[in-house]
Formats: sequence, C-alpha cells, structure tokens
Amino acid sequence: MKVQLFVPCFIDQIYPQTALNTIKVLEKAGCEVSYNPNQTCCGQPAYNAGYWDECRPVARKFLDDFNAPEYIVAPGGSCVGFVRNHYDKLFPDKNMSQNTTQKRMYELTEFLTEILHIDNMGASFPGTATYHDACGALRECGIKAPPRALLTNVQGLELIETDDCEVCCGFGGTFAVKYEFISSGMAEQKVQHAQKKGVEYIISTDHSCLLHLDGYIKKHLIPIKTAHIADVLASGW
Amino acid sequence: MKRKQTEFLLASGRKVFDLDHRKKLNFALKQADAAYKKGKQQFSDLETTKKIAKNIKWQAIENLHTYLEAFETNFNRNGGRVIWAEDTQQALDAILNVCRKNEAKSIVKSKSIVTEEIHLNQFLTKHHIEILETDLGEYIQQLDGEAPYHIVAPSLHKSKEDVAQLFHEKLNVPPDLSPEELTLVARNILRKKYAAAEIGITGINFILADIGGIAITENEGNAWLSASAPKIHIAITGIEKILPSVHDLNLFWPLLATHGSGQRTTVYNSIYTGPKKQDETDGPEEMYVILLDNRRSHLLADPAARESLYCIRCGACLNVCPVYKNIGGHTYGTTYSGPIGAVISPYLNDAAEYQHLSFASSLCGACTEVCPVHINLHNLLLNNRRNAVEQNLISASEQIGWKIWKKINQHRLLMNWPGGATKTFLVGKLFRQHWGIRRILPEFTHKTFNQFTKNKPDSK
Repeated sequence: MKVQLFVPCFIDQIYPQTALNTIKVLEKAGCEVSYNPNQTCCGQPAYNAGYWDECRPVARKFLDDFNAPEYIVAPGGSCVGFVRNHYDKLFPDKNMSQNTTQKRMYELTEFLTEILHIDNMGASFPGTATYHDACGALRECGIKAPPRALLTNVQGLELIETDDCEVCCGFGGTFAVKYEFISSGMAEQKVQHAQKKGVEYIISTDHSCLLHLDGYIKKHLIPIKTAHIADVLASGW
Repeated sequence: MKRKQTEFLLASGRKVFDLDHRKKLNFALKQADAAYKKGKQQFSDLETTKKIAKNIKWQAIENLHTYLEAFETNFNRNGGRVIWAEDTQQALDAILNVCRKNEAKSIVKSKSIVTEEIHLNQFLTKHHIEILETDLGEYIQQLDGEAPYHIVAPSLHKSKEDVAQLFHEKLNVPPDLSPEELTLVARNILRKKYAAAEIGITGINFILADIGGIAITENEGNAWLSASAPKIHIAITGIEKILPSVHDLNLFWPLLATHGSGQRTTVYNSIYTGPKKQDETDGPEEMYVILLDNRRSHLLADPAARESLYCIRCGACLNVCPVYKNIGGHTYGTTYSGPIGAVISPYLNDAAEYQHLSFASSLCGACTEVCPVHINLHNLLLNNRRNAVEQNLISASEQIGWKIWKKINQHRLLMNWPGGATKTFLVGKLFRQHWGIRRILPEFTHKTFNQFTKNKPDSK
C-alpha cells in the first residue's frame, strides 16, 4: 500500500529520528512510503492561538502538498485531529466534503491497527513504561486502544497504566509559555504519577507532550525517559 | 497586560504550587470523579442521551423568546409574577422593591450562582437587610466571607478540619466537631431563620415554559424551606435556563444529578408553579420569578458562541478540567469559573478584561467530553481566542510573531534555515523567560528531517 508521510513540525525540527522510525515501521508493515519534501505544517499552532488568517495559507499549503489520493500517515495525533476536525471551520467556503484529505489522514498507530490490521510489529523494548494518552490523539481522534494493542505486543515491555493516563500533560502550545505556572504544574503531576508507578519510560503518540514532560524530567533529574511510540515500535529488529 | 490578566497569572502561580491546596482539591475532585463514574451507569447510552438533551436545549435557545413568553403567560395564570431584568441593577432594584413593600428585614436564600453574579448579598447588606445562605456549603462560605469556590460545591476547597476551625472561630463552638456535629450546629441556626424570614430567595435549575413553573434541584431541603416557609418567594435565574416542557425533566433531572454530584437523582427535586392558592394550606403568598439577561443576549446574538447557553450549570467541566484542578475557583476572578466560565465571561463582561481566560487552557477537551449537553467547550475557547485576535486584544509582539510564523511555514526552505544551533539560540532568547524555571527547553537538531531525507532516492 502506498502512503504519504506527514512529519509534524516538532519531529521535523527536534526529533528527526522518530520520522525515520515511522518510515521503518510503515515499510515493515508493507507500505511504500513517499515523502513530499515541500511539506511544512498543518497550521494548528496559529489556529489554536486565534490567528486563523495566519493559519489559513499554511493549511491550504498542506492541502496542496497532500492532494495525492493515498493515505496520509503521521506520527502524531494532534495534527491528524486538527486536520480532521477543524479544517471545515477554517475553510467554510471550500466544500471540504469533496476533499478527501481529512478522511485519508491517519495517526500511525490507528493506521497500523485499523487500516492494516497489524497489532504486532515484532519489536522488543525491554523495560517498564506507562502510556500517556495525548489529548489530540485521545479526544480529537478517539485513539485509545491502538497504541495499547501495539505496545502490549512489544517484547520485554511491561505496560503499567496510571490513573491519570488521560489527563493532559500541560503543554497546549502557547499555553505552555503564556501560563507557565499552570503548565509546569500539570507536567509535574503527570511525571509524579509515573514516578509513583516506578516506570522507566513514558510513551506516547505525540512528541509535543513528550517534549514538555522531558523538559520537566531533565530539569529535575528524574530517572524517567520519554519515548515516542514510533521509536518503540522500531526497536529490536 | 491587563490588570485582571496579571492578577490571574500571579494568583495561578501561587495556587498551582500550594501543595496543601493541591491535596485538598485533588481529594475532593477524586471523590467527585468516582461518584460521577458510578452515577453515569444509570444511562444505558449516555452519548445518545446527551445528544437528545442538546437538541432540546438547542430548540429552547433558538426559540428563547417564544418559550420565555409562554412561561410568563402560564406563570401569571398561576398567580405568580415575572420580572424581566436586563442587567444587574434592574434585578437588584426589583428585589429591593419587594423587600421595601413588605418591610422585610430578614431573608433566607438557597444556592444561586446568579445571586453571586449580581452580588446580591453585598447589596442587601448595604441596605440593612439580613440575608442568610441556607445551603451548607454556601453558609460556610458566607461565614468565611468568601465567594463560592465551585458552581455546585461552594466550599470544595475546605477540608472538614478547616470547617471545624471556621465554626469554632465564628460561632464559638468547640474546635474539634465532626462533620455531623457541624451540620447540626448550622441546622439549628438556620431553622430559626426560616421561621423568622419574611422573604425566601432561591435560584432556578429549569424554567418550565409549558406549565409556567420552575424546577429546583437540591440535596439538603434548604431550597424547599426557603421557597415555602417565608410568605414571599423570589426565584431568580438567567434566561438560558429554559426548558420547553415539564416532560423534559425526565431527561434533565438525572443528567444534572449525575454530572453535578454523581447521584442518580438528587434528594429533593421540586416544581413550583406559583404562590399558595385559595384552597391550599402551604406555600408563599406571593411568588416572583426574575429573569435576568445581563448580557446573555450577547451570547445569543453570536451563533458561534450561542451553544454556551445550553449550560445547565452542573459543574462537571470544572471537575475534569486540569486547569481548574490546579488553580481552583477563586483564581479566575469571575462568578463562573472553569471552562464554561472562561467561555462566557468575556461575553458577560468587558471582553478585553476577560479574554485571557480563553488562553488559560491546554485545549485538552476533557470539558467537551464530559458536558451533559455536549457543549463544544474547547472549541468555544478557540472561538474566543479568534475573537480576541480580531478585536486586537493581543500584544503587538505576538501579532508580529505569527506573521513571521506564517512566512516560515509557507516556504519549506525557511523551515530548514538557519541551522539547529541558531534556532535553539533564538527560541531560547524568545521563550526562556516564559518557559520558566521548572522545565528546560528542547534543542533543535543540526538538520531537520526534511534536510536528512531530501537527497534520498525514495523521497518524491
């Protein structure tokens, strides 16, 4: 199956390895992955900040860059949720129902499990981990089971749930800089809950959450690492 | 930065890292969460129930004038009187008029967030009329001289030890009373007041258009007593609390109970359809319903914000909101706190003073997920943000920032420029101060993924 890779800006700029691992995973799953090098961003940062006029040309560019008929797969639920649920509002005049982009776009784990029906990537990743439900994946895309199904089949990985797995990490884009106290406080409690469970890793579908938690963890020298699910699924083979 | 925003920022910092506050709030909200999860089992299909409820509120709000007028006609026929109040002052004047006409010196009041909105207690006290809160949580807050902390649970932030200490200080009772003993202390004081008060004031949970009645939901029986013991009953509410029919309560009573307190239904659910009739033995001689606009018509006028008027004030969005959980109710500096408060406050007040609340959210969507009438709360916050930008309420530097962002994201080459080290330096310069001391900023890699991949043969 041919798929187009969309690389969220965090991954493009800060964690390129995760994009490489996404390709590795998709190829193992039998996909032929193409990457349009013109791509930039889905437009979400400006939209969330209230700058719809600034967002619109970037979102339009996204639609142009991904106008091929293949599935679009992204290692991140936040961008997928944004394109799926908010482009209609951004382009009220454009008949989005005629445009299949929203329907063709998938987050990596939901693509693997729901489209390709794969829940075992043959990965091994020794250690204990908790899964953090990124808000974009969980509430914008309704992704709850796919990452857990895939992680459960990772050899050597013990998945331990926390009570607050669905509670936001506190990042929220500009929120993290506009209200740093609240944002940091949320990260603190998220990390403390993971610490209480004694896990070595916090795994998620979205690097935006992980970047935020990692910033708190590193500052406080806490013995927990963050790991993107694509990196976990690409491990050990 | 506006004064309110600065106050909010500083207060939020104090609250978030006040570990005692965090502990108390987490304790209370964990209990609320457990009760909600148990309570919602009564719905075999909660999502469909919510959709039906939203449709009913949609119908009610889209035809608000029709239903309100129907209510007035029917309530008048029942012998009651409707008072339309465009703003706070008209509502206060109406209440004062009733007080003066009846030479009222003492009032008992049950829980009503609208009376907080119009600052009724302060107003009546200034006019030498005693007004006593009869809901236990509100009574505690009144004793402490504090506004309610939560729409449904006014003293949520106080532990039982805090309440014992407060009663000891204010009511001269021993300092170590149990919750049961404290309740009895309050009950004994309040019982005497019901008998003495000339007027009882209550809120309203639902205005029932078809029968010209009002429905009040409670757990303590204090609203029931406030409405029926004194010879005059004044009920006050916002115009959005309308339901087309008494039959809608089948759906809304359990929805409100489960989302407000985790109950299947609350202990008391009463419908009042007017004053005592000739052949009746109980009830007030006169009954007034005050319908308050107070800029709710601004929400009605904006199709993008209108659904916020579907709110039944259950408080569930506060309970699940990670921001509320961290900063508590008072930090908002508004009558209505939490997600719904952040949504409606810029409309009910000066938008410039309250727009910052719409940005004080990570947009996690937990509020939208829990709302019993499916109000798309986090999308309404996004809408407010857009309004703030369009009304030019955002700093010039941020505006320039987004223009630069747009430029960069329209051109792939600009995203690859000017190298990781320089980007890390620039982002540090721009954001280090706002990122704060509790987190480190990430570092950009030397090359973007795009640059890594560009020369690979498999890229298109």
